[in-house]
Amino acid sequence: MSILRQSSGFLLQVALTFLGLLAVTFFIGRVVPIDPVLAVVGDQAPRDVYEQARRELGLDQPLWTQFAIYVQKVLVGDFGQSLVTNRPVVDDIARVFPATLELATFATIIGVALGVPMGIAGAVWQDRWPDQIVRVIGLVGYSVPIFWLGIVSLLVFYGMLGWVQGPGRLGVFFEDIVRPVTGVLLVDAALAGEWEVFRNAFGHVVLPSAVLGYFSVAYIARMTRSFMLEQLNQEYIVAARAKGMSEARVIWVHALRNVAVPLVTVIGLSYARLLEGAVLTETVFAWPGIGRYLTTALLAADMNAVLGATIVIGAVFIGVNLLSDLLYRLLDPRAT
Amino acid sequence: MSAWQARLLSDTPRSRGDARLGAIYRGWLQFRRNRLALLGLAIVILLILVAAFAPWIATHHPNEQNLAQRLLPPSSAHWLGTDEFGRDVFSRIVFGARITLYIVALVAVIAAPIGLLVGTAAGYLGGWVDAVLMRVTDVFLAFPSLILALAFVAALGPGIENAVIAIALTAWPPYARIARAETLTIRNSDYIAAARLQGAGTARILTRHIMPLCMSSLTVRVTLDMAGIILTAAGLGFLGLGAQPPLAEWGAMVSSGRRYILDQWWVATIPGVAIFVVSLAFNLLGDGLRDVLDPRQKK
Repeated sequence: MSILRQSSGFLLQVALTFLGLLAVTFFIGRVVPIDPVLAVVGDQAPRDVYEQARRELGLDQPLWTQFAIYVQKVLVGDFGQSLVTNRPVVDDIARVFPATLELATFATIIGVALGVPMGIAGAVWQDRWPDQIVRVIGLVGYSVPIFWLGIVSLLVFYGMLGWVQGPGRLGVFFEDIVRPVTGVLLVDAALAGEWEVFRNAFGHVVLPSAVLGYFSVAYIARMTRSFMLEQLNQEYIVAARAKGMSEARVIWVHALRNVAVPLVTVIGLSYARLLEGAVLTETVFAWPGIGRYLTTALLAADMNAVLGATIVIGAVFIGVNLLSDLLYRLLDPRAT
Repeated sequence: MSAWQARLLSDTPRSRGDARLGAIYRGWLQFRRNRLALLGLAIVILLILVAAFAPWIATHHPNEQNLAQRLLPPSSAHWLGTDEFGRDVFSRIVFGARITLYIVALVAVIAAPIGLLVGTAAGYLGGWVDAVLMRVTDVFLAFPSLILALAFVAALGPGIENAVIAIALTAWPPYARIARAETLTIRNSDYIAAARLQGAGTARILTRHIMPLCMSSLTVRVTLDMAGIILTAAGLGFLGLGAQPPLAEWGAMVSSGRRYILDQWWVATIPGVAIFVVSLAFNLLGDGLRDVLDPRQKK
């Protein structure tokens, strides 16, 4: 009963947060110095045409009504037309979003695969060299500009060593071979059995996801370390050691199981944060995802596209937070 | 131990001023033991000095173009080489320190008081004020700050002032959270009740009795955030939405040097190193300050 009431209250909070997000984007859309009516009818329009367009756009309505209409439109996925591509913004976003998803997923895999063991090592050998390495990686991760790291890694691994493919998502020769099914290139290529395309696409995704993944390694390692330290000081660990259990079993089975629960939230958060990092990374690597869509729209002053992309990223952010929170409640019986 | 040291460290200070100085001195003694934090402090001081004396330190004018000498590698005439307009990279880095410092200081001056005001008001007044203010704070927190800053800049138009406003608008919510948490722990203290009994109004209690106690944890958080502010500002500059050319902003310098990265690597990489070093310094300084001012947060 109380669980039901709690989760409904929780959902209400999420809904309110989303409404707040829409209020912010609505406000931003209103303070733009561009007159939306003039954008539709042009500078030379006579007075009555202007007035009619203004009415059709609903701009003669009170602000509250305008906001209500705006919320209704957003909820059915109507973000308006993009000025640059002349297509509905929601179609554009649906087209570019899988590329970002691909990047963020790879980066998270890297982050978990490296960050968790590193965090554990840092906690087990506290203040010894593995811990110092974790600390340095964390410190650098919080201080280095991601776009610069992207450029330098391009210089080294593409320009000097030639280990990976250059910017973009696919080589020119490989374009349009694979029919898009999921929009995630690696999956599509594997489904079609085009292994040449797969290899090329993989060469393109490695570097940007490694750069992006570095930041999640830094974050996940730091959090894993502090969770692990907390567990290793608990009495049940002492008890497990006292009854002669091997150190590996104490750490990897007993302690890790308790670390795993809060770690789920951390991984969720880092996944959401990657969307933010993706804006700059995608610009550096000419990666055709939502981040680059957003920045291209920004430079073209295409407000519908900017606000649409902002809402989508914000909604994903809120959604991932919600999901990791629910997962946490599910995994940890104490948190009700 | 010299006389002034004994006076500062004495357990029975002679005056209120002595006590305050003594507390600062003790903090400094503790801070001094953290070598990395000292390094951070040294770099920040260096940044301030470079920004202040930029015209005397720079070897060239930051915007002086010389197309005959474009994209030169580092040499004795141009310590860090020249960019695509033949401008001296070293001099531009030196003048860029001013812009970085300007952005960081302005964001801190705008965002910290907003957060302080919202947080203390929410924590002290409680009830529906608390509910409303914290809901607004949560909306801003539930949102990637760079994306929000981008949207604000899109609305306001590119430029350094607008970048500052956009970053400040996204930076205040954590400060509000901290200030509220601090306020909640002290709002029921006896000394607040005493102040209220003496007839102090809400505004006076907030500004005179609550805000000063929030300052230390807020200072720590702002210092730690400065690294993030520098990175966001540089990111905006890199995207062409922050400081506009020909201003020597580090992020914008990385962006314009990007085209020449494979052949003239120094144009894009060196400004990035400057960003990295400065934001690292603020992180180190913030960590050190946290240990001294706010031991509870220590990890």
